[in-house]
Amino acid sequence: MSFFGFGQSADIDIVLNDAETRKKAEHKSEDGRKDKYFLFYDGETVSGKVNVTLKYPGKRLEHNGIKIEFIGQIELYYDRGNHHEFVSLVKDLARPGELTQSQTFDFEFTHVEKPYESYTGQNVKLRYFLRATIGRRLNDISKEMDIVVHTLSTYPELNSSIKMEVGIEDCLHIEFEYNKSKYHLKDVIVGKIYFLLVRIKIKHMEIDIIKRETTGTGPNVYHENDTIAKYEIMDGAPVRGESIPIRLFLAGYEMTPTMRDVNKKFSVRYYLNLVLIDEEERRYFKQQEITLWRKGDIVRKSMSHQAAIASQRFEGSSYPEKPQTQSNAEDDG
Amino acid sequence: MSEPSVADTRRLNSKPQDLTDAYGPPSNFLEIDVYDPQTVGVGRNRYTTYEVRMRTNLPIFKLKDSCVRRRYRDFEWLKNELERDSKIVVPSLPGKALKRQLPFRGDDGLFEDSFIEERRLGLEQFINRIAGHPLAQNERCLHMFLQEESIDRNYIPGKVRH
Repeated sequence: MSFFGFGQSADIDIVLNDAETRKKAEHKSEDGRKDKYFLFYDGETVSGKVNVTLKYPGKRLEHNGIKIEFIGQIELYYDRGNHHEFVSLVKDLARPGELTQSQTFDFEFTHVEKPYESYTGQNVKLRYFLRATIGRRLNDISKEMDIVVHTLSTYPELNSSIKMEVGIEDCLHIEFEYNKSKYHLKDVIVGKIYFLLVRIKIKHMEIDIIKRETTGTGPNVYHENDTIAKYEIMDGAPVRGESIPIRLFLAGYEMTPTMRDVNKKFSVRYYLNLVLIDEEERRYFKQQEITLWRKGDIVRKSMSHQAAIASQRFEGSSYPEKPQTQSNAEDDG
Repeated sequence: MSEPSVADTRRLNSKPQDLTDAYGPPSNFLEIDVYDPQTVGVGRNRYTTYEVRMRTNLPIFKLKDSCVRRRYRDFEWLKNELERDSKIVVPSLPGKALKRQLPFRGDDGLFEDSFIEERRLGLEQFINRIAGHPLAQNERCLHMFLQEESIDRNYIPGKVRH
């Protein structure tokens, strides 16, 4: 009985076995705060200890069972009550009974599948966490520990450039080119804008990166657009035949990998938006989707053995041939 | 099999620019002047006209140098035509100044010099802004306004074929 007087209660603490060696990654929470969490990859084992500390030593703690769960879930903000669990594992630590003293329980979730990357967005959140629970008749005692999961990819075999001619008939014709269609999060977008016909008075040109988060299905699809970056690439009026270079370093911006139809619940896609602005502030734009992916870090000896195995699953495919001699002289024409 | 540790950021290849394009006149030349206000008529039937001179090298305009006389009412007509027939957000005109048409004013009302100058400037900004709009350039009403001696209010609205 914990209504009157001093009923027994307990504190729960979850500690990972590799807490000393495992890397942490920063992740933004719903309220915008940045916190660090243990970083896991798909296939890695999650193991540790659950410490149950009795609040009042000497008193018994009656319980209906102690368990630990590993959960991966998607939470849509407009439908908070329903959590969509796509990973749900449970380990029983203690059968119903009583604890007479503080105790530690070991647990291991072996080679856990973590198919999606952790994501906290404008209308949806995907998270992974451990939850230890002491079941009791009236109120359970539980503790959650969030972890962060990153999904890694390798250099794609096929990565064609994007090259297109667009315009308004008899007014403005341009050809834009971006060197790839798939970029990793620390990549550089190298491109150019070539002017074929300029019959309007252009004042400047910029390239924006737009993130579009899509939630819902069918008639209830909702898009949330967010301009992550605005980068001016030209100031002044171009004429026919001019070529404007683009060099946009992605590492400076907070972005996630492209996520398509995650568990059929949401998508996060990225677009390059080329915008030309004329003297009367009229805007002419062309949007183009790009795919973003996360590249694994170089495997270092200090990484835990398990993480090293996980990385090796993703590294090690063939890379596109690059010429070893790069000329440093650039034609500034 | 070594991974490139530094991204290749060299410029993409591009065609060298033709020098006549680089140093020749730009293809987007379009200038419209609204000037020389003149009062026409007598007594209560007076009104002001302005010279509207357009110089351009845009192929869509038949005349590369045109000059017409227009009054405020004609600008209003153009604005209405464009708002009705196209999806363009038409810029605003300087005000109608109805108060200036009332009697017993201390000044010259509609014919006050400072007011005419203010209106002239507003009309010039208006016509330059709309004439440079790629969609407005397709409308017959714009071409008639800029390049025909008088505005035929019974014209057939439509698009200009290039």
